[in-house]
Amino acid sequence: MGFITINGKKVEFTDEKNVLTIIRKAGIDIPTLCYHSELSTFGACRLCTVEDDRGKLFASCSEEPRDGMVIYTNTDRLRKYRKLIVELLLAAHCRDCTTCVKSGECVLQNLAHRMNVYKVRFENHKEVMPVDYSSPSIIRDPNKCILCGNCVRVCSELQGIGVLGFANRGTDAVVTPGFDKKLSETDCVSCGQCRVFCPTGVLTIRTNMDEVWAALADKDTRVVAQIAPSVRVAAGDAFGLPKGTNAMGKIVAALHRMGFDEVYDTSYSADLTIMEESAEFLDRVANGGKLPLLTSCCPAWVKFVDTQFPEFKENVSTCRSPQGMFSAVIKEYYRDPAHAEGKKTVVVSIMPCTAKKMEANRPNSYTKGEKDTDIVITTTELIRMIKNFGIAFDKIEPEACDMPFGIGSGGGVIFGVTGGVTEAVLRRLAEGHDTATLEAIANCGIRGEEGIKEAVVPYNGIDVKICVASGLANARKVLEQVKSGEKEYHLIEVMACRRGCIMGGGQPIPAGPRSKAARAKGLYDADGSMVIRKPNENPLMDVFYNGYFKGKAHELLHNHE
Amino acid sequence: MLDKSYYDKTDEIIEHYGRKAGSLIPIMQDIQAEYRYLPGELLTYVAKEIGITETKAYSVATFYENFSFEAKGKYVIKVCDGTACHVRKSTPVLEALWKELGLSKKKHTTDDMMFTVETVSCLGACGLAPTMMVNEEVHPSMTPEKALAVIEELRGKG
Repeated sequence: MGFITINGKKVEFTDEKNVLTIIRKAGIDIPTLCYHSELSTFGACRLCTVEDDRGKLFASCSEEPRDGMVIYTNTDRLRKYRKLIVELLLAAHCRDCTTCVKSGECVLQNLAHRMNVYKVRFENHKEVMPVDYSSPSIIRDPNKCILCGNCVRVCSELQGIGVLGFANRGTDAVVTPGFDKKLSETDCVSCGQCRVFCPTGVLTIRTNMDEVWAALADKDTRVVAQIAPSVRVAAGDAFGLPKGTNAMGKIVAALHRMGFDEVYDTSYSADLTIMEESAEFLDRVANGGKLPLLTSCCPAWVKFVDTQFPEFKENVSTCRSPQGMFSAVIKEYYRDPAHAEGKKTVVVSIMPCTAKKMEANRPNSYTKGEKDTDIVITTTELIRMIKNFGIAFDKIEPEACDMPFGIGSGGGVIFGVTGGVTEAVLRRLAEGHDTATLEAIANCGIRGEEGIKEAVVPYNGIDVKICVASGLANARKVLEQVKSGEKEYHLIEVMACRRGCIMGGGQPIPAGPRSKAARAKGLYDADGSMVIRKPNENPLMDVFYNGYFKGKAHELLHNHE
Repeated sequence: MLDKSYYDKTDEIIEHYGRKAGSLIPIMQDIQAEYRYLPGELLTYVAKEIGITETKAYSVATFYENFSFEAKGKYVIKVCDGTACHVRKSTPVLEALWKELGLSKKKHTTDDMMFTVETVSCLGACGLAPTMMVNEEVHPSMTPEKALAVIEELRGKG
């Protein structure tokens, strides 16, 4: 508690952990490359350095506030130092900005402009290192690394995996997986959070847009899109829509304009997931199956269990993810010559997630020897395609999804936010569908952005113990507690990315605290305004289980190893 | 794949220091003392046993010049290139050794696994500059000729 004087203005502070936070709260955008409020403080980039009234310089990210402090954030000396820091970083950095995928979003590029660096006085002596294209999800170009360590910290602190680390020392220092392995040879789960936190163009999304354009150009191909819930509340970011705007109708319209033959909402197959996973859960409870049941929607989490906790493999639900289910259903539908009308079908899945690209290539993502999901693109790639096509996204009139798979429930929509899957399961299991029942479920403790949430819900005479975790470091904590017997649950929902898919590795960046809250609200608002909120009340469920797909649910909706 | 005896020895070393992250450096030192280098497979094994990531172990091992992932020769020659040795002409000594043994800045060990030549920043014997060490033995006031004579003598010993 107290006051500090920033550039001559008195500012009150309470429990802020460092001076940097107070400076930003006071409305001064002090530059940083290595500071991130969700990660530990690293203090490497020195851009947030400030000067006090005695001329002492210190990094504001690493300084605790003291009452009576007098600091200046932009003196002549500081401007000179900051410019030099940026200049030195650029000296050892690839400067092909025009062809860099990060151009326009690159923090280093923006800082160079802000600091008026229009010439670099130093020669670049850095050796060119090979780019790692081994992962289906992430490209790593070490030549653009500024050693801020954000990816190192996010991988170990938030995701608990620690694939990326520093190696060597001094001018030889690099960020790399151990033993200079390629990402595909490591335990990398493809979550893409490193890409979200990377200020430059080192870690970027492995894109598949060209394959989509090729499919769209082929007249003998039916191109079918499915759009995940979280995409609708993030795509608008790039087109000046207010943060968290539900732009589903606009996305559907844009895809129609680009030439997609059919456009669907993945919340339809999220409903299928709930039907199958609830049934599996009840079966395991009734027949002494492996508990806790672990959700299987998130491919990064599934790989995490496979590599880090193989003893829990059988606890993972056999359900395919919503992406996997939808693609299998679409492909099966068009296997019927009467439906196919002589056309080949390509399924394009539009996801907030980089790991979905990896999931689509898994051996169990094939049905009858055919790949279910042909192409996965992220929200970021969708935005680039819309821009490339030249659609005025802010002006385009919304359109509805197509049929026969165009209806999803509110329960399916909230899959995109942590706790959403659990909430949808509870809606499925609950008897009534009145507002009071739904509100009671919403308030049982599974909403909110905490990394680990717990709830106990009575059902058929047993107290169902539920845990909801987001961020794999939190998931590790939970599994270790279950392993040691300290905790006991019936159901554990995990999303690899903190706050769920709304903050997935494929979402547009930057996304600060306001985006995070707005995206969650966007999904809950979309759910709240829907007529059908319980997955089992989606009329297409009955059509699925008793119509064309009768008897095929197990084959299409579950993983068969 | 290393022989099982390597892993048995490593287990012994791990037991000695305890299965905790803080044991990493002493364990690496003992492994290197045993084999004259730090086999990568063993580092990965140690990381798993003491509960840290392979990447973290690699980070620590590459931070310190002292650890080497390459097998070293029978005779490890450390040419001091600290300030005192440098100004008293350690560079020609180093270059003479490189030339004689066919080594370079990137290649440290001869193919017959007899000699490893590396530089160190200070041996703490500045009064004897330029200094060189062969395994544990200090050779003072080196010249290129004296260095080559040492090599000849070692070759004679085999």
